[in-house]
Amino acid sequence: MARRYDSRTTIFSPEGRLYQIEYAMEAISHAGTVLGVLAKDGIVLAAEKKVTGKLLDLSGAKEGGYGGSGEKIFLLNSNVITGVAGITADANSLVNYSREAAQRHLYMYNEDIPVEMLAQRLCDLKQGYTQYGGLRPFGVSLLYAGHDVHFNFQLYHSDPSGNYSGWKATSIGANSGTAQSLLKQEYKEDITLEDAISLVLRVMSKTMDSTTLGSEKLEFATLTLDAEKRPKAKIYRPTEIDSLLRKHDLAKKEEDTEMKS
Amino acid sequence: METAFALTGKGYVLLAADTTAVHSIIKVKTDVDKIKELSPCLLMAYSGEPGDTVQFAEYIERNIRLYHIRNNFPLRPPSAASWIRRSLADSLRSRKPYSVNLLLGGYDTSTYMPHLYWMDYFGTLAEVPFAAHGYGSYFTLSLLDKYHDPEATVEEGIATLKRCIDEVSKRLVVSPARFKVKIVDKDGVREIEL
Repeated sequence: MARRYDSRTTIFSPEGRLYQIEYAMEAISHAGTVLGVLAKDGIVLAAEKKVTGKLLDLSGAKEGGYGGSGEKIFLLNSNVITGVAGITADANSLVNYSREAAQRHLYMYNEDIPVEMLAQRLCDLKQGYTQYGGLRPFGVSLLYAGHDVHFNFQLYHSDPSGNYSGWKATSIGANSGTAQSLLKQEYKEDITLEDAISLVLRVMSKTMDSTTLGSEKLEFATLTLDAEKRPKAKIYRPTEIDSLLRKHDLAKKEEDTEMKS
Repeated sequence: METAFALTGKGYVLLAADTTAVHSIIKVKTDVDKIKELSPCLLMAYSGEPGDTVQFAEYIERNIRLYHIRNNFPLRPPSAASWIRRSLADSLRSRKPYSVNLLLGGYDTSTYMPHLYWMDYFGTLAEVPFAAHGYGSYFTLSLLDKYHDPEATVEEGIATLKRCIDEVSKRLVVSPARFKVKIVDKDGVREIEL
């Protein structure tokens, strides 16, 4: 029965469902986990990289971009970072769109775009693909971690249907249910950034398939305020991730490491 | 002649504008409100070509209101100033530009700072501690330079403002009969009777 309504994104099934949207969400539940935790003095974002091969050339990740490998965590504007789960190509397109939206706001109003407004811009686009004909929706969920003067630090989640919601701590992607119940148990109000970082790493190490964490499997970022109270995004470099993991005693043991130089 | 001036103080901005509507050599009205309340903490005094002024001010007023309704928070004074400047600059480069001069006074409820902006119809924007437009500016700017104090209380600010109004009444050939004065601070905007 579902078949008849599968190929049309804009047609309701007799049960009142939009199958393509549900399939898009299904695609996301197989993607690498992304975790976000809101602290009182910052936000933490971590993401699991699913596909890694020994032959994949990651040398660009060490120098280029804003510090990350540019696979899961991106800088959208000087006050917003995002973690994506789903189809990478779709995510790249959305990241590009939101960067443009943020710059347009800066051009019009000479201020950083408020975080919720940026989420709305993207959700308006995503919603369009659930209504207008013949096209496939974006197979991407995003976590936005941002700061603005109106509501300080904020964490939002948006899905392929164009729904968005604000969170204190949440996760998307594979095992997001497990991660979320762990976060629910361990999250405390007025958590500090330091505690949030260790919480994120702990939850991440429990939900990921591999037993030990390493920079080749993990992306990590924080958003804080600098001395002048301006938002400061930090997307960790692979070496920084490894030293952070060592600090929290979650890193690989030395003897496991292959191809030591 | 049309005159508007404004000054900042400790946690507030005072705006004053004359209330005369002139047609040719005739005073048509003496109770015109030339200071619009754009949002809960934002005031705009406008002067210039009659008709243009009201049309442009209403356009700005409604767009700022729309932003407030859409986002549940108003545009902050610095952002509002940037957007209004852009509107004027775009208008200047159109077939029929608006010739409107503005003073924008606002209180930023997120940083707890008063802001005053001076803007002319060329799209010049400057944040200033005190400002004036029109013929009255030739008399009042020197007074404001001498008496303005960024830490002044509301009473002191009003006293400085009165000096300006008195000077304009005394020296300007065709001086306006009355001024309307409004204040914006953390509690919002309200009119002040002198």
